[in-house]
This record gives sequence, structure tokens and C-alpha cells, in this order.
Amino acid sequence: MAPEIGHYALILALLLSVTQAGVPLVGARLRDPALMSFAGHAAFAQFAFVALAFACLTYAFVTSDFSVEVVAANSHTAKPLLYKISGVWGNHEGSMLLWVLILSVFGAAVALAGSNLPDTLRANVLAVHGMVGLGFLAFIVFTSNPFARLHPPLQDGNGLNPILQDPGLAIHPPFLYLGYVGFSMAFSFSVAALIEGKVDVCWARWVRPWVLAAWCFLTIGIALGSAWAYYTLGWGGWWFWDPVENASFMPWLAGTALLHSALVVERRNALVSWTILLGILTFSLSLIGTFLVRSGVLTSVHSFAQDPARGVFILGLLVLTTGGALTLYAFRMPGLRYGAPFAPVSRESGLTLNNMLLGAAAATVFLGTFYPLIVDLIGNDKISVGPAYYNLTFVPIMVPLLLVMAVGPALKWKRDDIREVLRRLRKPVVVSALAVILVLALTLGRDLIAAAFMGVAVWLIAGALAVLARRLRLGSVALAASVRLARATPGAFYGMVIAHAGMGLTVAGITGMTAWATEKIQMMRPGETLHLSGFDVHFKSVGNVTGPNYQAEQAVFDVAGKGRAATRLFSERRFYPVRDQQTTSAGIGTNLISNVYVTIGDPDGKGAWAVRFYYHPFVPWIWLGALTMAFGGFVSLFDRRLRVGVPQRLRVPAAAVAPA
Amino acid sequence: MQHLLFLAPALVFVAVSTGLGFSLLNDPRKMPSMLIDKPTPPFVLASLEDDGHGFSSEELKGKVALLNIFASWCGGCRVEHPTLMALANNGIPIYGVNWKDRPGDGARWLRANKSPYVRVGEDRNGRLGIDLGVTGVPETFMIDRTGRIRYRHAGPVTDEVWRDTFVPILAGLGARQ
Amino acid sequence: MTGKCASFLACLLLAVLLPATSAPAVAPDEQLADAALEVRAREIGQQLRCVVCQNQSIDDSNAPLAHDLRQLVRERLTAGDTDAQAIDFIVARYGNFVLLKPPMQGNTILLWFGPAVILVLAGLGLGRYLKRQAAFQRLQTSTPLTRDEQERLEVLLNQRGSP
Repeated sequence: MAPEIGHYALILALLLSVTQAGVPLVGARLRDPALMSFAGHAAFAQFAFVALAFACLTYAFVTSDFSVEVVAANSHTAKPLLYKISGVWGNHEGSMLLWVLILSVFGAAVALAGSNLPDTLRANVLAVHGMVGLGFLAFIVFTSNPFARLHPPLQDGNGLNPILQDPGLAIHPPFLYLGYVGFSMAFSFSVAALIEGKVDVCWARWVRPWVLAAWCFLTIGIALGSAWAYYTLGWGGWWFWDPVENASFMPWLAGTALLHSALVVERRNALVSWTILLGILTFSLSLIGTFLVRSGVLTSVHSFAQDPARGVFILGLLVLTTGGALTLYAFRMPGLRYGAPFAPVSRESGLTLNNMLLGAAAATVFLGTFYPLIVDLIGNDKISVGPAYYNLTFVPIMVPLLLVMAVGPALKWKRDDIREVLRRLRKPVVVSALAVILVLALTLGRDLIAAAFMGVAVWLIAGALAVLARRLRLGSVALAASVRLARATPGAFYGMVIAHAGMGLTVAGITGMTAWATEKIQMMRPGETLHLSGFDVHFKSVGNVTGPNYQAEQAVFDVAGKGRAATRLFSERRFYPVRDQQTTSAGIGTNLISNVYVTIGDPDGKGAWAVRFYYHPFVPWIWLGALTMAFGGFVSLFDRRLRVGVPQRLRVPAAAVAPA
Repeated sequence: MQHLLFLAPALVFVAVSTGLGFSLLNDPRKMPSMLIDKPTPPFVLASLEDDGHGFSSEELKGKVALLNIFASWCGGCRVEHPTLMALANNGIPIYGVNWKDRPGDGARWLRANKSPYVRVGEDRNGRLGIDLGVTGVPETFMIDRTGRIRYRHAGPVTDEVWRDTFVPILAGLGARQ
Repeated sequence: MTGKCASFLACLLLAVLLPATSAPAVAPDEQLADAALEVRAREIGQQLRCVVCQNQSIDDSNAPLAHDLRQLVRERLTAGDTDAQAIDFIVARYGNFVLLKPPMQGNTILLWFGPAVILVLAGLGLGRYLKRQAAFQRLQTSTPLTRDEQERLEVLLNQRGSP
């Protein structure tokens, strides 16, 4: 019964999205309040129907209803409950339903929290959002129905791929989708602005919380994916520039650019056309990512089952949404440009430079991801683009960006003096130089590049703190005065400081992991000890354990050294009988500054096992830094200015009142 | 000029989506062979059953022959077996390479399934396979009279594959020599 | 941090046992005795793609073909090949697809120089934009608008923006 209800709810949602796409659009044109308010009601109803459908699918998974095809293909009675639930989105159909659920959540959120938006804008935004939802719901209902039945039902399911039976699956996709789909709201805002024919500082103020929220979620989603890869792959790899990883990274780069260019629109009403374009492109990159993962045009460990038919549908969706939006842009944007002038050295120019570099970085990742496809199409050759390419092209673009990141916030709006700025940043410069020298000294002058990047990391953190100190006039006024200033400082400022410092932490983590990770691989018998980088790894024993749906050989290791107390780590070789698959799980010990990582491998049949031990210095900072960045974003989100009150309107002479 | 600039993103997108559209027709897993029109790498293979009946690359010269890579554990080899038997009965010389298999297993498989091969050799450690750029089984190479590789097919050689891809090349070779 | 605190923290954040996919790949018995050669073999292994896998290097994959290629690389290095020669040996058999770092050749010029070109074009665009800004600013400061002109300008700007 539940699958039928769910299916029916989906069809209703699809029909509803047709009305949501059309009615408010007409209403905004005619300025009819009733038709415009329909948008909010439709968005709420959409959410209700899609949530119902999602609940029905979850119910089918939890009760192991094997008459439903996706449940039979991906679940099993012996699977733990957590993975029964997260298995709902561990397949193509279910994950598309999750996507649409989040889409409807954002629509309802705008309907709920967007009361400060002018009626026409809200109506247009929800209408465009409804169009996007229409496309995806049609995709689901016509090609990827999660409620398709299986006749006759299976006795028991095929089980879930053991790789996916992991807490990571429970949280990584939802956060990722919150990010991807969140940027659809920025898309809707951009297209609505083009439809209305008006982009002003208010628009930038209204769109900012949605961009921020999406950006925070995407940051967390990518960080989770990287951390998941780290402990899953068995040797500590955390980023491979895989096409699907890039598919999540490109929207992040574009979204970061959008976040910053929206600031310029808001403050100075400049970079308007660029910001609208970014609003369109960020979501388009999400769509292209969806296409990559589900169409099978590129080989990747992340791909869902290949189905060119679905690829055609998604491509059609992409052409309609992005193509439509960019065409509208080409025709409407020329009439909408404004621009308050600013000097070559100013906060605006710093943000413009930031955008230029982020745009170039995103374009580089795009080029590297799709180039093998181009070569494959036009010639008889076949190439691969791996990490080495990105290290030589992406990193050189990021370095100036990282350097500018600390300078930007120190710049004044409209006009500043470069010598003044450098004077303000004296302390961070000195501290960074000291850091470089310190690293060089500690590594005996061997790792020049690592020292430089550590210097950049310190530069980012010190620069952020310096701007904060300047704002609070620390040292130049009484402490009480600084505290008063601190209370009066808007949340967005703290958010910026935290986020930029978080980036510094991530850079430090990447540098440490890349430059100073060590490993040792050897055959060991129980009772033997391995030595590496100041650690003693004692291989204690091997035993058999039984899990809920697997059998495993579990090895116990005691790791001591480097002033840490002895740590007991477990590594298992698991066999999942339902899927006939074997996996290895690593034993990881962390003190949040560095990790030790050990895995058990194949036995040689003579009482010894292959043991791999790794030391990963600073690697936790990669994800701690990313989480800090997201936290900074959330702090900005709760800036009172974004929530309370109507933004100030532009002073317009009474003779020409244009309705806001 | 400014208006053209605003049209640029749309135009770039048209190019990108056209490319993506064509890529849907493309199989990303297909790899072109590096050995087309190159001489067969010289090799000597031992026989499967210690009866001195292995073969060397020299024996492939003087006629148009097929070199078929197979294994007892390979499902696709079972699929193409009837086609290979039919070709062998029609006089096409097929040489077999037992790839990364235990020679005993390979020999047993051939006894159970009848051998379409003129000669069979073992490539237990897969080195000949690497020299030929083999990535899996089955793979079949077409070799001309001078010992050059003219075509490589990855996957089972079914009747359709033989008819649609091999026969035209065969005809071309016959006409030239 | 005191020792006790550190060890408590360490115990707290410990032994994260989490399932994994592929077993890590390079086996102890594959490693060469000569440490210098082994380091070279590992670096080359990171640069070669496992062609039967879904985007992994041969060092990271536990597929049989990856194992064979790792062994082959070590054999070539032991036989005296340079890094480039060992890699060319494999490229001659499997093509450019096996290189994770794309070669510099005719059909990859756009790939390698593209980012620099994009950066230069973007930089030129930025430069032009700033120059226009500076020109506009000079215009503004040299001949400031009167109050009436200012208001007319605002009206015009808002008019162009209305639907």
C-alpha cells in the first residue's frame, strides 16, 4: 500500500509543480496578489507531497518490502537499520527522490522565511524553482520511478554494496544535495531577476542567505566525502581529482565566487551581470555533475549504474534550464547594468580579483574533467587526466588567491592605498615569514615548497586575526571598548574571519599530509613489532569476529610512540556473503593533529599477514579546516541584518516611483 | 560588441552540451589497440600439456590468422566458442593463448569443449598479454601474412561481430595480397 | 597539554573502525630490496592508470592487471631502465590512456595551455574593467553632476530597469 501512496504523491507533486511554475509567473506579470500568493501555497503543498513519497520509500526500505524493485536490488533483511535507512538514497532512484525532497524543502523555506521579499520577486523565484522541480519530478516519474514493483517479489534482497554500508553514506549525500539543490535557489533568484528586469542591492541582500546556506552545506558535503574516501580506500587517499569529485568541486568554486561577488553588488551595486551569470552557472555545474554521475560518459568509482537513456533526459533538463537561463541572460542583461566606480586598489577590486581567480580555477577543473571526453570524441587517442595535471595547473592559480584572501578584508571600500594596506598587514607578514623559516629549520632545509605553503597557511590565519584585531581596535583602546566594539560587530564579519582562518587550517593540513606522510609495508607475525617515524606498532593478535551481515578476520595492533599513550587499533578483513564481496577496514588513531593508520592484508598461509602502517601528519586539519569554514558560513548566516527588517530602499525621486 | 559578450556564455554552453550529447554515444571503456599495423611482438609459448606442441610468433606468418586470447575461467570465451569452432571448420587458422590460467585448467577446458585452435600455448604470467596490450579475456587479433596485427577485438567474437567487423578487414587483406 | 589529558584525548578519538573498499594494493612481497629502486617504482606506480579499474592508479588498485604492471615496472627498473623508459614501455602497449599525467602532444596543447590562457584573458578582462572604472571615476570627479542632473540620471537608470 505504501509504495502506491508514494507513487501517487509523486505524480501529484509533478502536476502541482506545473501549476507552481506557471501561475505565479502570470501573477507577477499582472501583479495579481492572489495569483502571486499561490506560489507559497504551492511550495508548501509540494513539500508535503514529496515528503510523503520519501516517507513511503523509507518505510518500504525499513520494512524490507522486497516487492519494490529498488528495495530488492539494494537491501537485505540482515542489514543494520541505519543502512536500511541510508540505503534509501544509496541508489539512483532513491537519491533522485532525496534531491527532489531537498528541492521542495528550499521552496517551502523561501515561502516561509521570504516574507521580506517583495511579492513579485518571491512569486517569480518560486515559479522558476517550480520549473526546476517540474523537470526533476518528470525525470523521476517517467524514467526513475522508485516505486516500481517487482513481480514476483524476492524472498530476500540483494543487499547493499558493503562499501556503502557506512555512516558516511548516511550523511555525505544529504549534505552534498543540500548544497547542490541550495544553489538552485540562487539560480531561481538570478532568473527571477532577469524576468523582472531588475537587479539591485536589495536583490543581493535577499539572495545572500540562500547562497550562504547552500555553500555551507556543500562545503560540509565535500569534506565528508573526502574524509570517507580517506578511511575507506585503505591507504589514506583523500582526493583523486576523480570526475565525480570534480563535479562537486566546480559548483563549490563557483559558489564561493558567487558569495563574494554578491557582496560587491550589495555594497556598491557593481559586478551585477557577473553575479547573475554566476548564479546561473553554479547550479548548472551541479546539473552537469548530476549528468556525469548518472549517464556513464566517464569512468569513475562514484558512478551509479550506467544508463544512457537517463543521460539523455538529464541532458535535456540541462539544456532547458541552463540554456534557457543563459539565453534569457543574453537578451535581458545588457539592459540592466549599473556600476558604482571603484579604484584599482579597493575592497571591490580585491573581490573582483578573487572572482577572477576562482573563475579561472573552476574553468581549469572543468577543462581537465571534460578533456578526455573531447579527445575521445574527435580522435583515435584516449588520454587520462589525473592529479598530476591539476597540481600543475590548479595549484598555481590558487596560490595568488590564497595570498589575496588575507589582503582583501584589510582593504577599504571604494579606494585604498597599497602601501597603507601593507602597513596594516605588517604583523601577518612577519609571522608568516617566521613560520616559513621555522619549517625550513625543522626539516633541515629540504622541503622548500612545503615550508612556503605552511607560510601561506599561517598567512591566512594571521591575516584573518589581524583584521579582527583591527576592527576591535585591540591594543589601541581599552579592553572594555574593544568588547563593546565586539558586541556591535555584525555576525558576517566574524563569519568571514572564521572561514578564512579555516581555509588556512585546511592548507596546513594538505601541506603536512602531502609533504610528510610516511608508510611501511611488511609481512608480520602476531607478536612482532614494526617501527616507523618514531612509532612502535605491535601486532598483537588475529581473531575471527562475526558481524550482523559479515564474517571478519580482525587484527589487533597496539601503537605507541611520539609521546602518545599506547593506542589499540583494529583492522578487519570482512566478507559479506550476500554480495560475495570482501572489504578491508582500517584502524585509524587520531589526536586531531595527526593520524596513524594501519590495515591488515592478505595472509601468506604460513602464519604471517601483510601489514601496512601509515603516519599522516596534520591530515585531520584538512577536514577540521573545512568544517571551520562551514561554521564561519553558518555564523554569517545568523547575522541579524539578514533576518530582521526590510533592507533600505534606494533613494528614488518621487517623480519616478518604480514598484520595488 | 557588449551584446555579443553577453551571448558568449550561451554559445559556450551550446558547444558543451553538444559535446555531452555526442559523448552519450561513446563507450568510455573502449580502448584502442596500440599494436594496429605493427608486427606481432616476437614470442615463444610452451604448450599446455608438455607435448612439445606450443608455438612461436614465426608460425603466424605466411597466412592470415587469428590469435585468440582465452582462459578457462572466462565466461565470454564460452559465448564465442561456437563461432570460433565454425570459423576453424571453415579453414581459418586460429591460434590460442591460454592467458593467466593454470595449464592443467586450460587443457581440461579444451578437452571438454573441443579445441578450435591449430596451436595452443600458455601465457601463465600474462607477459605476452601485456606485450599485446591485453586487458581482459576474450580478445582476438587478426594477423596478416607478414605477421602484422591488423585488427584487435576486445570481447567475444560472435557471428555478428565476425560478419560486421572481421569480414570486411579480411576482404581488404585478401585483395591487397 | 599534560600527558594524561593527551592520552585521554587520544583514547577518546581512537580506533575508528570503519569499513573500506579495495584492499590496499602494494604487497610486501612485491617490494624491491633496493630501496632507491623501490621509491622510483612507487612514484611511477602513482603515475600509471589501472586501465581495467574505475579511475585508480596501479599503486592503489588490487586488480590482477595492476599487480602485473607493478611487477613489470620493477622488472624494467631492475634491468636498468630509466623512469621514462619504463613508462614508455607500458605506453607502447596500452597507449596514452595509461598515463595519469597527460602527455604534451598535439591534441593536449589546449589542455596544458588552456588554464594559462584563461587566466591571461581573465586578467585582461579585469584590467579593462578597472580602466573603465578609472575613466568613469575621472569623468565623475572632473565634471560633477548638478543635483538636477543627478536626479534625472537616477530616473533614467531606474526606468531602464523596469519591466
